[in-house]
Amino acid sequence: MATSEHPILKPFETNCKFGFRSLSGIYAREWGVKSLLAACALLSVLTTLAIVVVLFTEATRFFHADRVVCDAVTLQDGERVVCDTYVATSTGETAGDVVTCPACEASHTLPAAVTFVDFMTGTEWNPLIGKETDKKFGVWALISGTLIVSLIAMLVAIPLGMITAIYLSEYAHPRVRSILKPTLEVLAGIPTVVYGFFALMVITPGLQFFHDGFSTFNATAAGLAVGILCLPIVSSLVEDALQAVPRSLREGGYGMGATKFEVSTKIVVPAALSGIMSAFLLAVSRTVGETMIVALAAGSRPHLTMDPRDDTQTMTGWMVQMALGDNSNFDMTYLSMYAVATVLFVITMSLTISGNVVRNRFREEYQ
Amino acid sequence: MTRTGSHPLSTLADRIQPRDRTLLDKSFRWFCIATASTSIMILVVLLVAVFYLGLNSLNWNFMTHYPEPDASAAGLGPALWGTIWVCIVCGMFALPIGVATAIFLEEFQPSNKWLLKFHGFVQLNINNLAGVPSVVYGILGLTLFVSMAGLFGTPNEPLLSVGVRYYDQFFTAGQKSLRVPVADPAQPNTVAEPGLRALNSDNEWVVANVVDSRRDLPRSMEERRYAIIQGKSSGRIEEGSWYYFRLPFGRSVLAGSLTLMLVILPIVIISTQEALRGVPQSLREAGLGLGSTKWQVVRNITLPAAIPGIMTGSILAMSRAIGEAAPILILAGAIFLTNNPGSLMDDFTVLPLQIFDWAGRPHREFHHLAGGGILVLLAILFVFNLTAVLIRQFTQKNLT
Amino acid sequence: MNTQTTPEKPASLSKRPTGFMAVDTETASAIEPATMIEMDAFSAWYGDFQALDNLDLEIPEKRVTAFIGPSGCGKSTLLKWINRMNDVIPTAHAAGHLCLPDIDILSRTTDVVALRRRIGMVFQKPNPFPKSIYDNIAFGPRLHYTGLRRSDLDNLVEWSLKKAALWDEVKDRLNQSALGLSGGQQQRLCIARAISIGPEILLMDEPCSALDPASTSRIEDLIFELRKQYTIVIVTHNMQQAARCSDQTAFFFEGRIIEAGPTRELFTRPREKQTEDYVTGKFG
Repeated sequence: MATSEHPILKPFETNCKFGFRSLSGIYAREWGVKSLLAACALLSVLTTLAIVVVLFTEATRFFHADRVVCDAVTLQDGERVVCDTYVATSTGETAGDVVTCPACEASHTLPAAVTFVDFMTGTEWNPLIGKETDKKFGVWALISGTLIVSLIAMLVAIPLGMITAIYLSEYAHPRVRSILKPTLEVLAGIPTVVYGFFALMVITPGLQFFHDGFSTFNATAAGLAVGILCLPIVSSLVEDALQAVPRSLREGGYGMGATKFEVSTKIVVPAALSGIMSAFLLAVSRTVGETMIVALAAGSRPHLTMDPRDDTQTMTGWMVQMALGDNSNFDMTYLSMYAVATVLFVITMSLTISGNVVRNRFREEYQ
Repeated sequence: MTRTGSHPLSTLADRIQPRDRTLLDKSFRWFCIATASTSIMILVVLLVAVFYLGLNSLNWNFMTHYPEPDASAAGLGPALWGTIWVCIVCGMFALPIGVATAIFLEEFQPSNKWLLKFHGFVQLNINNLAGVPSVVYGILGLTLFVSMAGLFGTPNEPLLSVGVRYYDQFFTAGQKSLRVPVADPAQPNTVAEPGLRALNSDNEWVVANVVDSRRDLPRSMEERRYAIIQGKSSGRIEEGSWYYFRLPFGRSVLAGSLTLMLVILPIVIISTQEALRGVPQSLREAGLGLGSTKWQVVRNITLPAAIPGIMTGSILAMSRAIGEAAPILILAGAIFLTNNPGSLMDDFTVLPLQIFDWAGRPHREFHHLAGGGILVLLAILFVFNLTAVLIRQFTQKNLT
Repeated sequence: MNTQTTPEKPASLSKRPTGFMAVDTETASAIEPATMIEMDAFSAWYGDFQALDNLDLEIPEKRVTAFIGPSGCGKSTLLKWINRMNDVIPTAHAAGHLCLPDIDILSRTTDVVALRRRIGMVFQKPNPFPKSIYDNIAFGPRLHYTGLRRSDLDNLVEWSLKKAALWDEVKDRLNQSALGLSGGQQQRLCIARAISIGPEILLMDEPCSALDPASTSRIEDLIFELRKQYTIVIVTHNMQQAARCSDQTAFFFEGRIIEAGPTRELFTRPREKQTEDYVTGKFG
């Protein structure tokens, strides 16, 4: 092109009053922006790393049974001061022996050692009622609580969510959809503490109306509320999976003279099975980590039970109870919160990861 | 090509029968409708229950007053202000970082094999972070922000503190407070001595009337205002200015906000990525074809086109942050507050936590308060969601 | 294994119609066929958009009828109305007369499931279900009949696959996933699936558009073979294909039938200017 005819380049050619923006400046800024963005992305990796490091180091402190944290309270200038120093024992004292705090010279009885194996295999959890030398930290008492609540929740969420998803994806008229879909979004957006309140105020009295055996706090009410919470999650994930099945497969089915029911259950659902499985895994993970509902409605008695009418305590319920207690008291009971959190993290993380892996596999199938 | 004559089923006409499946199909349809409508029913029951329990407690006093032990006078003022503070601070951190991460993941796909692996790893990591229970984030925040792993002293004796004054506070016989400024926080608390000069509640210097014993206290209310018994010890209080800052953060607004930021970051990132993916590739190619760099394309073309989607996603993420109680509970505990937070370092509580506190009490009156709190919380969330829906609708109209 | 491992059988050239003459002799030798599908003043809409305008057409029994025309002219829409596939689209509606000899297709009381059993359909893109080859074929019969024995199904699967000229290629791997077949094999599987329920009519919506030339020629052979037993309606973009394998052709333009008649006449002596322009490649 003849630059002399170009309205901007012409003056550039004749008298060099202005030039192009310096490319090196643009590249430098590009590099700077990119580094900044990468740093932000790195933050999420660091978050994961921090979660793992914090949980495991704090949990290790819990398993250090050869030392005790001095919880003696002294009055200094009218204020209660907790000693809060580690009393390390090096000479091989065992549980029940008395050690002396080097800072305030209070004497302590060494608690029973909690080994990793005891923790992971024990079925009794009594740190708040047991004697100092006989505290039992068997995490299965808490896991069983989590299990029963999750089980009840899934019994509600999976059938309801699944059928709602099939209805939304295969049957619903756009007008029905425009009511149902926002309803589910609203249900998904309601804070969990509201569901906890609902469980306590509505579900539990309802259950007690039908059957006398339900205690004020019980696993069923909590489980039902968690199930309601998970219903929109299951239905939207399953609906996504059903929608990902290509239209051509449905057309193939209809073209064979299949009814809507047959197309849905014999073609679409089997074709979306791995996507549906992933939805279930992600929903279970959500259930296991649910906190406020169980803290309000499930009670606070950790024991190994499968009676859904009984009160129970989940892993998250224990963590809440510890957080609500006297936080300055960093004794073993408080540290157990970290060990429980680690177990919770490992369980939910493996569920989430396997859910995501299955989902990604499924997505690749139809792309 | 094979010829095999007539259809094999035609010879079996006497044995096989056509199935009539219309009934099954119809009944399944009704079953689906019945099941799907349970969710609507649940929502209705929930809303009715909350309105029934909470509507009576809604009044101005309830919105502004602090949560007194007396249910009839209690309110959720500090919790409401705490929620507003946390929401703003959390948004200020989470939205820029989340959007930046999403831009990095969507728009700066590297060609290098190893960098591509890093990209995939970050993406995987974010998807999995979205599945971490919020209560675990509470534990993380407790170590990372509240105590900062003990690296900077304890929250009570911070390594660094800016914009805070310490006072020793006396309560006089007339139930007024007198404050003595403390220069060095390491000093022991002041004890009432004759000739004590202190600030009254109007911030004026007064000389306290220190008396020897209870019997010497003046009779009239006017004179009792500044009367203290000798030897009475004071309580140390801190009064932060609006820019109060300390390391570690302690159980403060900032620690809570940063923890909630970690909770909603994956949500912001994922929704922003979806919004960016919605921008047609042809727009980007047009920009690159004109000789723009990747960042110029993002800033001038992709980001403006994706803004409505990003805003919708961000608002929904923020409403998640507002409703989240578990991490704050782990981090701050359920504390009794009489003051609204005034700086980033102040103690705080949030609406869901206040609701949790009330709902967990055995007395019926507090359940009504919890119901009222839920109504306030739901109203806030409703406004947020309405905004998101409106943005979605407006932008859809503009595009078509 | 998506590659074609089995070499395509060389088409039996003797039976292959070459040019118009071959088709013509076949047609001429037959007695005047009965009408299978009859439409009269048939119009169809998507919402407010009129996709088909006042069509009059008779589709003869046991013949191949081709619908040709440029994209968006409504030929696929008509095909989908014939077996009421458009029921899935809420905004689609139609008026006029569209009948088989014994039923009114458009009537509200028509059982679409029974209708589709009589009218099989093959789609543009091969769409085998993600099941085994055997289960793909057995899917329809299992839906429609009770009292089927395993041996009946075995017979039926073999018969259908033989009809679709696929038996020799897949008889050793009937239990493997149908998604492992090549594109051409998948499409023949879909044809086998469609005839497994014993339809009277086969609708084919551009069955070869996603296939390579070798697979296309096999499908065309198959169509030629199947017309002895089935009424076939084929939508195609490819005029040579219409010329090669159809007896009747209807030319569509902007929702109307511009011209319809015996294929040979339409291609050699078109009555309308638009038809001539289209078949000679001036537009389309």
